[in-house]
This record gives sequence, C-alpha cells and structure tokens, in this order.
Amino acid sequence: MELTAPTTRSAATGWVFKNKWLLLIGAIVVGAIVYAYATNDRVTVAVLASTLRQSTPLILGALCGLIGERSGVVNIGIEGQMLLAAFVAFLANVYIGNLWIALIIGALTGALMGALLAFMAVTLKMDQIIGGTVINILAVGLTGYFYTAGLVTKGKFAPISLGPLADIPLIGPVLFNNPPITYLAIILVFAVHYVLFHTRWGLRTRAVGEHPRAADTVGINVFRTRYINVILAGAIAGLGGAFLTLEGVGSFERLMTNGRGFLALAIMIFGKWTPLGAWAGALLFGFLYALNTQLQFSGVGLPPQLIGSLPYLATILVLAGFVGRSRAPAASGQPYETEG
Amino acid sequence: MSDNDAPIVLEAKGITKQFPGVLANDKVSLTLRRGEILALLGENGAGKSTLMNILYGLYHPDQGEIWIKGEQVTLHSPGDAIARGVGMVHQHFQLVPVMTVAENVILGAEPAGSGLHLNRREANQRVRGLSQQYGLSIDPTVEVEDLPVGLQQRVEIIKALYRNADILILDEPTAVLTPQEANELFRIMHDLTERGVSIIFITHKLKEVLAVSDRIAVLRGGRVAGTADPKTSTEASLAELMVGRKVILQVDKDEARPAAPVLTITDMQVRDDRKHLAVKSLSLEVHAGEILGVAGVQGNGQREFVEALTGLRAMEAGQVIIAGEDATGKLPRYITELDVAHIPEDREKHGLVMGYTIADNLVLNRYYHSPFSRRAVLDRDEIAENAAQLVKQFDVRTPSIYTHASSLSGGNKQKVIVAREFSRPVKLLIANQPTRGIDVGSIEFIHNQIVAQRDAGVAVLLVSAELDEILSLSDRVAVMFDGRIVKTLPIEEATRERVGLLMAGSEA
Amino acid sequence: MTTASAPGNRGNGARWLRQIWRGISVPLVAVLLAGLIGAVLLQISGANPLQAYGALFKGAFGSPEAIQRTLEKATPLIFSGLAVAFAFKAGLFNIGAQGQLLIGAIVAAFVGFSIEGLPAIIHAPLALLIGGLAGALYGAIPGALKTYTGAHEVIVTIMLNYIAINITDYLADGPWKDPSPTNIVARTPRIMPSAELPIFGNIPLGFIFALVAAVVVWWVLYRTTLGYEIRTVGLNSSAAQYAGIRVARTIILAMAISGFLAGLGGAVETQGIVFRYQPGFNAGLGFDGITTALLGKTSPFGVIPAALLLGAMRAGASQMQFDAGVAKEITDVITAFILFFVAADVIVKWLIRQRESDDEQVVLSKGWGG
Repeated sequence: MELTAPTTRSAATGWVFKNKWLLLIGAIVVGAIVYAYATNDRVTVAVLASTLRQSTPLILGALCGLIGERSGVVNIGIEGQMLLAAFVAFLANVYIGNLWIALIIGALTGALMGALLAFMAVTLKMDQIIGGTVINILAVGLTGYFYTAGLVTKGKFAPISLGPLADIPLIGPVLFNNPPITYLAIILVFAVHYVLFHTRWGLRTRAVGEHPRAADTVGINVFRTRYINVILAGAIAGLGGAFLTLEGVGSFERLMTNGRGFLALAIMIFGKWTPLGAWAGALLFGFLYALNTQLQFSGVGLPPQLIGSLPYLATILVLAGFVGRSRAPAASGQPYETEG
Repeated sequence: MSDNDAPIVLEAKGITKQFPGVLANDKVSLTLRRGEILALLGENGAGKSTLMNILYGLYHPDQGEIWIKGEQVTLHSPGDAIARGVGMVHQHFQLVPVMTVAENVILGAEPAGSGLHLNRREANQRVRGLSQQYGLSIDPTVEVEDLPVGLQQRVEIIKALYRNADILILDEPTAVLTPQEANELFRIMHDLTERGVSIIFITHKLKEVLAVSDRIAVLRGGRVAGTADPKTSTEASLAELMVGRKVILQVDKDEARPAAPVLTITDMQVRDDRKHLAVKSLSLEVHAGEILGVAGVQGNGQREFVEALTGLRAMEAGQVIIAGEDATGKLPRYITELDVAHIPEDREKHGLVMGYTIADNLVLNRYYHSPFSRRAVLDRDEIAENAAQLVKQFDVRTPSIYTHASSLSGGNKQKVIVAREFSRPVKLLIANQPTRGIDVGSIEFIHNQIVAQRDAGVAVLLVSAELDEILSLSDRVAVMFDGRIVKTLPIEEATRERVGLLMAGSEA
Repeated sequence: MTTASAPGNRGNGARWLRQIWRGISVPLVAVLLAGLIGAVLLQISGANPLQAYGALFKGAFGSPEAIQRTLEKATPLIFSGLAVAFAFKAGLFNIGAQGQLLIGAIVAAFVGFSIEGLPAIIHAPLALLIGGLAGALYGAIPGALKTYTGAHEVIVTIMLNYIAINITDYLADGPWKDPSPTNIVARTPRIMPSAELPIFGNIPLGFIFALVAAVVVWWVLYRTTLGYEIRTVGLNSSAAQYAGIRVARTIILAMAISGFLAGLGGAVETQGIVFRYQPGFNAGLGFDGITTALLGKTSPFGVIPAALLLGAMRAGASQMQFDAGVAKEITDVITAFILFFVAADVIVKWLIRQRESDDEQVVLSKGWGG
C-alpha cells in the first residue's frame, strides 16, 4: 500500500503505480507458464487445467462468504451449505437423471441453507458463528442419515469445447474446454465484482455491511438487503457443492467437502473480501494442489504427506509475509438492532 | 427572515416515547414555520435526539401525531421522512468511511442511469453542482474517512439537499467545530433559510442559540419546559429553563499555586493511524498545582498527542519527562506507575470494559497490585470492598457493584473512571474530554474533582474541545492547531475571541 | 461471563434454586424440542422414534459399561471444548483445536511407546504433559503469527489443521510406524502399559482429569491476574492496552493454553482409549470442541454438561443403529437443533415465558478484522 502517492498522477499511471507488485507477480507468473509450456507442453496443460478445476469449488465458496460479509453476515457454514447441496444435487441426478435440473436443485439447496442462516443471523440475531456451526452440523447429520450406499448416477458434466477458442495452444485446452460449472464460476467472479462495485445494489450492500445505521437512515432496508445477499450467496455455495457431485467426482461420499468450505473462508480473507482477490487466492491454492499431485506423481525424494502440506504452508507464508492485516467489512458479524 | 405568518411546515402534537426505564418524550408538542431556525435546547438526556429521530422516522412514537405540510403522516422509516422533504444531519455522522463523498450522497437515491449500473460520473457532477450552489466546497471523489470532521458535516448537509430536503434537522452540529467553522455553518444555515428551507437546530450551547435562532424551545426531562424568544432571553435565563434550577456557569476555584514542573514535553512528534504526522512538534510544561488546558478543534492531533504521552501510541521523536523520570516511549504500565492518572478521550474504547462489572472496572490498572491480588491470584473480597467504597465516595448511581459497566449512563460511566483514577496517589492527571456527552450534574461533580486534585498539588493536563470547559477550569491555556501548540496564554489573557482565532490557525 | 461474574450473589435457598432453573431451563427445553424434531424426522423416514430413542438411551446410560462409554466419549470433548472456550475468552476463534489435538495425541503416543522402564506414576503423567505441551506449541504458532504479522488466526489454524493431518500421517507411516511384522497399516506401536491411563470401576481416569481441567480453567480465568488479563484482552483490547496489559504476549499465551488443553485431549485419548496413534481415530474431535464450547456457552462449567450430552449421543448411537436400524447421524441432526435452540434462546424463553436474563453475553463473532 502506497499512502504517499501524489494525487496528481493520471488515473492510468496511478493504477499501474498502485498495483506494481501485482503486475510484477503477474508478469512472472505468465513468464513461468510460457517457459514451462515451451519445456513440457503436456504436463503444463495438465497442471493448469487441474488448477482451474481445483479452484472452482473454492472460489464459489469464497464468493458465498464474501457476499455475506459484504452485507454484514459472517458465514462459517459454507462447508455445510456445500455438503448438503452436493448431496441433494447428487440425489436429484440419481432420481431425475438430468444434470441441469440437478444443478438447479443444488443451487436451490444452497439458497435454502442461506435463508436459514439469514433467519438465524438477521431475524433471531443469533450469534453468527453459532448460526454457521448449526448449518455445518445439520448438513453432516442430514447427509449422513439419508445417505445410502450403492446409488448410481447417470453420469457427470462433460467438458464443453468452445469451438475455435479451444484450439488456441495452451490457453485453449486450459480455459475453453471445461465443464459448465467451471465456466459458471469464472463468469460469477466477474459478475459479483461488477455487481458489488458498479451497481446500485452493490453500493447498498456494501453500505449495509460497513455502516448499517447509515444505510438505514437513507431508507435502505437493512434486513431485506442482508436476507437477499445471504440467500443468493447460499445459491453460489450450492453450485460449489453441486460441482463436486455433478462435475468433479460424479458421485457422493460422506463428508466429501473435506474442509473446502473452511478453505474458502480463508481464501475470502486472503483476497481481502474482493472477488478478484479471492479468485487469485483460489487459483493459487488450486495451482499448489495441482503441483502437489504432479510432484507426487513424478516422485520427488520427499514423503508425499509432506508435499501434501505445501499448499497450506504456502498460504500461511503468503499471509504472514505479504498480505498481513486485513480489514473486514466493519459491521460484519454484528446483528443490526433497529431502535425504538 | 422569519415571520409568524409563514405557513407551518412541521408540527408535532403530544409525542410520547417510552424506552425501557425512561420516558424519553412526554407529550411533546412543537411547530416549525417555513424559513425559520428553531433552536431545540436541552441538556444531554433531555429527549432532544429521541424527538428528532421520531420526526425522521427512525423511532416510532408510542403516542402523538406528526403533521408535515398540512398533512398528518405516519413515518415508518427514514425513507418516508425523506420522501416528505425531511433531512437530518446526525450528531454521529451517518457516513460510510470507506466510500467516496459522492457514493455517500447518492446512497439509497442513486441517479437513474442505464438500468442497474451505478452512474458515478453523474453522481460526481450532481454533488459538485450542489456544493457550488451552496458554497460548500466539497470534492465528490474523496473518500469520506480522509475528510476532516467539519467537511464530513457538509457532506451530510449535501446528502439532505440532494434529496430535496426543505426541512433540515441539525443534531448538535457545532460540537465538532471551531467557533469560526461554527460561524461558517451559521452562514450556510441562513443561506438555506433564505431559499425556503426550515431548520431545527439542536444544541446545548446557549451562546449559539441566542446568536442564530428565530425561536427557542427548551426540553427538560422529556417535556417541553418552555419556549423563549432569543431577543428577550439571556444565557442565565435559558440555563435555568434547561436545567430547572439556577446554574453556576463558572467553576468556583481559588488562585492556583503552581510549583515545580511535573510534566515536560519537548519536540514531540507522533504519527496517526494512517501514518501521517499528526503531532508535528509539540512542547509544553505542566507544573504541580496548576491546570493547563489544551484548547483546539478535534482532529488537530490531540488524540495522538495524549495517546503518545500515555504510552498507547508510539512516538516518532521528542522527549517526555514525568516527575523527573524519562518517560519517552515507555509502555502504559510504566507511565501509570509514575503516578499518572489518565481519563481517556473515548471512555467506551479505552476507559472501561463494558462486559465487566463495575468492581472489575475499578481495578483495571491496579489489579496486579496488592491488595487486589497476591502472587497472581485475585482477591475478590478486596476488589468488592474497594468497589463498594468508591461507588459511595464518587456517587456512582448503580444498583450494585456487580452491575455491568455497559448498563450505566454516560455520566456514571465517567464517574467510574474518575473514581478509579483518583483513588490512588497521583502526581499528574491527564484528562482528555472528561465531560463529553454527560449530564450537567456529572459535569459539575467531575469539574470539582479536577479542581480538588489541583488544589492537592496535582499537575493537571486538561484536553478539551469544549472551549467553555477550558476557559472555566484552566489556569493557563495552550492552544493546539495542526499538531503544534501555537500559543500558551495565562487565563487572564485567554478571551473567547482570541483563543477561537488561535484555534482556527490565525496568529493573534 | 455467564458464570462466576457475580461472586457476591449469595442469596437464600429459593433464590439459589431459581438461579439453577434459570441456568438449566433453556438447555433442557432445547434438548426436548430438538428431540421432538428428530422424532418427526425418524417417523417420516420410516423408523420408530420411541424405539430409536430407547436404544440410544440404553446405549448411553443403560449399563455401567454404557456409562463408561459415555464418559469416554465425553472426555476428549471436554478438553477440546475447554480449548475453544478458553480462546473465545481471549477474543480468539481457535478452529485449530483439531490440529492441536492430533499433535498432542501422536506426541503422547511417542512418549508412551518409546520410553521403557519408567514407573506408571511418572510415565503416564509425562506423556500427558509432553502431549499437552506439543499442542501448546502448535497453538502458539497462530497466536504469534497473529500478533507479529497480522495473519488472521482463523486462516492459520485452518491451514495448520491440514498440516497436522499430514505430519501425523507421515510420522505414523514413517519414522514412528509400528515395526511389528504383522502390521500393514499406518500406526504407531502400542504404548507401554506404564503410560496407560487406568479406569476406576467404570470411571476412566481421563474423565476425572477433564473435570479437574474444567475447574482449573475456571480458576485461572476468574481468580488469577492472568485470567483477568486474558478476559480483558478478549472483551476490549484497547482497554487492555490502556490498563498496561501486554496484549501481544497475552494473545500468544492464550492460544498456547488453548492448544495445551486440546493437546491434553489428544493425549488422554491416546493413553486412555486408543493406546497408540492411528490416523483417523481422532477425526473430528477438535471440530466437535467448537460445538461443545458453543453449546456450553463458552463457560468452563457449561462445557461439561455439553460434552456429556454429546458423548452420550455418540455412545448410544451404535446401539441405536444396531437395535432400531437407525443411521447414527440422526444424532448430528439433533445436535444441530439443540445448538440452534440454545442459541436462539429468545424462542425458548418465549415458549416457557421466562423474561430476558441480564447476563452479559460473550460476543463470539466480531468479524475477522484483526
């Protein structure tokens, strides 16, 4: 953060100046990818494609978390929202046999859980940490109780090739030959960014998350804003859950989210509550996962469990070394009390 | 500009509002005519803010009627009030610090652009236009948290004007301003009334009321205690109406007998949270047995100065000597141990732990000493005994020493802090805004305590944005402006006008 | 702040009873309501609620062995619940109790199997202590990172949980792997008998340790200057700074103590139940500490009944699965609703017409700001 940057600088150079580290890192990353591709195209494409796949549920979860917090509701129930959505989408796929309907049902399940969280956090003014924990336990219980082994699905989403775009070397197979939820996740990153920072709804949402009383005094309905945001966010987490059963694995396993909801929370903080920042975090994480698989595969001298710690260790180092203190939306976690 | 034939634009009839334990408004009625400035006078807790929040739709009255422009209305939310042309500038600004001026202004009433898209350019233009029209000189693209409070207030006024408000409620608007800035505000208010805006001006400052208002209504204990004409009223008559008894506006104290210096500060420099130099070069000396008042408009580095002095904030440069010891850059505990008492500016942030009982709060910086603990084990009986004694001695009104600090009134919270700080041997007392926002009774009590400390030989450093408080308590007045002490005057030479000019940065 | 904040309130007997009723009425009604919802769920999914609950109760309390099982299940939850509750008092959200517990468990196992020839009176406590200290060290890391770099403890503890799984997997499948020729899985050797925690009748020693730990935690929090400092930092770190408390040191210390409690939980599990470290055997015990702490309203004494309730449901769940053919996860659903009703006490108090209490509630979620 440069605080002493002169204000006379033009907007464009100002942006460059403010984001010089970002640009530097971006240039290094692009350079490294091109170099890697020149050395070994097959592995490079595999790692990058895997990066994107691994990051999809994480970014969807992180978007869910940050939309909630931007409106003032802390959501530690992302894990549960994703797990239950994964399960219900899976059941829908089994019994209805249509992946798209299953996807919608998965999103609706997430939205329903979002509504439950909003009810607890906004209407009952329950502590939001407890509200999220209730959702997490409930999801573990419901999915475990209703799960029966041996259910067979009617397949999973196949990659959709975007015609000539998919033929571009390196970029094509990585970006333009993906299954639908992966595309959807990328679109949502930009959509949420646009909505939060360039629309009325976003302005109002951020005001409610920063200073609900100020929003209230200009006639914005704080409760309604929080409800709608938390429900929509839940739907996005639902997509993340549906990704696991409809696109990633293709079937359901108990506790299959395996902490991704919590990782998403970490990625949200890492990205400083911005969709683009969170996406960078999710991609970094996905990349480390992919690299990890590749390293284990190619048999480096280290034990696999220790290589497995790499993504987590790297996150801590990045967080401690570069990101540092972060500023959450000011009213995040606090129930709003109307007076009188 | 007011005349009694102008049409009534707003009328409250028999407004009653009950909060748990308090009757905040008791059958309050008042009228506001077009183009007039009605001053609503009352001390803290008289029910002024409650009444205004009702007129703005934030609270709902238990009984009574509101008429706006000849029509009886029910205000369910501020949106209803805004739609009828009521605008309000709150005492605590309702601005989102991380957003720009324009974003704050348009929030909730964004200009209709292309669909959902937020039209920032148009917003900036409209705000710039309003700012020029009323001579407010505000840059719409700046983030609010970067603005000084005086300008933040203008953002609030623009917010109301942007919504076409023609009834403006200003809640304690001068509390954060210099006398000069306040005069500027009064000019703006008059401009507004010329254009047909009607203003309710809430305050507890008597001089201002007499200077600007067309009519005065006085609220006391939730009721209208009376109305007055500024042309025929005096400060004393208004004060009596406001408090319900004769008030001594001057603190009674003897001549100071200053002795050796207890606090010496040389060339102190301190940075604020945003790393800007807030205290640029500050030197002063406080002697035993005197009160040195530091006057200044909020935001001229007083907070950073006091925090650095008490060890709460790092010092960039300079030296601090307390009672002969070098206290430069020392931790808070070291400074407390030099027999320094500190009444912090923000009592809810630094001074008290709201979730603690009064008893626990009363040992906040002494819990580690005998008799309150021995070998790291707390002695609950001693802590309770200490509390029982101090609550009595300092007249803290509370049902029990085990009541949580959060449920006390502002004045009683402050008394708990004063009790804690004065109940041990003190050589230096640092009091920052010691009476902000508390009732007259508590103010008198705390003022007398401070003077008593001085008479007992304590060196007192009093920092206050209330000029009246500085002038009535101090033996010497130091004026702080832009991170420096620009002048130190003996009290005899510290006239309101002179200090006011110094506070605004002009050399007198 | 719900317990022990008012040490001077010694009233007469009736008032005392009323206080107790105040304390237990909400949880009691919450359990009943949650049970009712569980019954509805059982009914619509074709099971017999009465039969299921009967089996659950029998499995948890029906015999001395059942009670022992309940106590065994409750023991690690008390420790991890205390760990999470303790951190909450310092204003910290320790999601990392899971990792600290795993580290404590494997280190206690190592001390347990690697040292021979010590008398039990030394060996068992030594393993417990070193297991606890390992957890403390692991817990201090996020505390230190928070104070020195501003890295948020929630992210760091989540990451450390995964790293702990990897470390323990590695150790149990590498340097500390059980070398006996019959062993093909990742696990440590069995600990020496001298490191085992005995059972008195049907009461495991670990459970008694857990009760003692709760008393000690309460005492430290409310009767020592350290506890005063920790709670001050948790409630208002600015006021703590004003009071001359070294906030950074207090945060690291509080996280270390929290980690110590979690590590003890792991050690007790190793030395009293599993007798070795085996990956997967302690899964979720640390996360359940969050549930336990929240259910116990973050009070050290509240954690005990909360852990007993959860432990009983766990102990009875297999019996229920066996007798009534009901999947044991129904107990998780019930747990979720108990937590819901305990937290949404406005609903329960409205139901039983109890007026709002004037207890100061601990605010858990303060956002992640720093």
